[in-house]
Amino acid sequence: MKETAVHNPSVAVDLAARPAAEMRSKASLRQLIGPLQVLISPLVLLLVWEGAARAGWIETKFFPAPSTIIAQFWAMLFTHGFWVDLGLSLQRLLIGLLMGAVPGLLLGLAMGLFRPMRIAFQPLIAALYPLPKIAILPLILLIFGLGEMSKYVIVAIGVFFLMTLNTFAGVMSIRPIYFDVAKNLGASRWQTYFTVALPGALPGILTGLRICTGLGLLLLVAAEFVGADAGIGYRIWWSWSVFWVEPMYVGLAVIAILGFAFAYLIDFAERLLFPWLRNPSR
Amino acid sequence: MTTEHVTIEPKVIVRDVERTFDVRRRAFRALEGVTLEVQRNEFLCIVGPSGCGKSTLLRMLGNLEKPSSGLLQIRHDSAERPLSAMIFQEESVFPWMTVAQNAAYGVKITGTWRGQESQRRVDELLEKAGLSRFRDFYPHQLSGGMKQRLSLVRAWATSPELLLLDEPFAALDEQNKALLQQELVKLWEEYRSTVVFITHSLEEAVLLGDRVAVMTSAPGRIKEVVSVPFERPRVLASLRRSGEFNQLVTGLWESLREEVERARTAELRALAGRVPETASGGAR
Repeated sequence: MKETAVHNPSVAVDLAARPAAEMRSKASLRQLIGPLQVLISPLVLLLVWEGAARAGWIETKFFPAPSTIIAQFWAMLFTHGFWVDLGLSLQRLLIGLLMGAVPGLLLGLAMGLFRPMRIAFQPLIAALYPLPKIAILPLILLIFGLGEMSKYVIVAIGVFFLMTLNTFAGVMSIRPIYFDVAKNLGASRWQTYFTVALPGALPGILTGLRICTGLGLLLLVAAEFVGADAGIGYRIWWSWSVFWVEPMYVGLAVIAILGFAFAYLIDFAERLLFPWLRNPSR
Repeated sequence: MTTEHVTIEPKVIVRDVERTFDVRRRAFRALEGVTLEVQRNEFLCIVGPSGCGKSTLLRMLGNLEKPSSGLLQIRHDSAERPLSAMIFQEESVFPWMTVAQNAAYGVKITGTWRGQESQRRVDELLEKAGLSRFRDFYPHQLSGGMKQRLSLVRAWATSPELLLLDEPFAALDEQNKALLQQELVKLWEEYRSTVVFITHSLEEAVLLGDRVAVMTSAPGRIKEVVSVPFERPRVLASLRRSGEFNQLVTGLWESLREEVERARTAELRALAGRVPETASGGAR
């Protein structure tokens, strides 16, 4: 064995390469398992809950055992209504996000890049931002009616402010020297936007997007409570009105899963598209 | 301006330039009555006490600041080459671009990209800066010295008519510094650039420059301009053995020391809460 290793360089290379390969597979395994670590504490909570429900320590009319909720969830997966609710809510959320995030991004960039825009819009945004968006839901229902548009608009309004502020902060946090480099080399206005302002503001933009999905879900559910006849929010509200608690928990679980999935997707896209944003600690 | 004039005129003319900044509602005069000419293809070094406005002057030459008053004129000789490229003291490579993208940025943005030919030149410079193995790395994966070398490549690749350097080698180790100094001189000779080079090292100034300008403490003025008589190529080790070199460096140091001391007393006075003589009341 030793002899072949000496005479056959490929074997020697293999022997040397193995530990490296092992380390790599270990590292990728850790990368895969890493996100799953977040499941530990929820799982423990569910187990305790299940035990308490079975032992009769908690009122199952309000807190049904997780196993019955999961059974209900499973059953609902095969109903047409569930998918209609989910599809509608997702559609409202995504269209609302788009309607709010794109103008917010543009205004935030403009405010960061141009002083006059900053002077014109900063006080306005600062005054309107703290207003709880749910407070204007009745007004929006009044203006846009009970149709789809009112849902898009309430999500869009909330998202718009967050996106504007985060993009603005993102542009303002770009080190001035990057603009100096572009200006010194004679970069045009558009070249400066695309090579400096936009990539430089990306961390802020992505933070904005992350918070926006959470806020979007919140506003959407609120809107569906009062002004819809389908959707996840509507389903939760309906469960209360017929005092059937399991579908309510299913709705809550779906919202939690959606929030988690969006955050995970944004993280994933960020890692894939903008590898410079996260300095891997090696 | 006729073409015959262009060739005899200096590359850069700075006449009676003043620059004031508003610092807490007071006008702070950074530069006052700066007059200087840089000849075409000259290598000019500028030394001066810290805070004397060297960088401000360089930023004006790089179109990043405007004089408050006075005349500043730079001739752009050929449309084929960008007018100026500046190398900054602080970290300036873009974190969102790879090494290769950063290196090519200058050439692309100045609109002088010539496909294969430009790529070859960028690659060659990356090789010389010891960065070719890191083409696909992002700056956060590089050391501080590598990032500074990358910013040199980004500016050099554009082969600008006017190369502006603000203490570019201050953060580098001795070996890299010596290598890049040689490279800078070679580049300057090969591409017929005009170089304005700020440094705090007098030896470096004398080693590299055709002339060395000494600035006064704030408000900055050109105190004196000294010609460096040594033949090129110059080698620091052998220059150090010559009496003339040491005399020149000592002379510059004497001249500079007065200014450094003056700057210190001004700082102390400012710290004591009194109005420094450089700040005159009221905004302009």
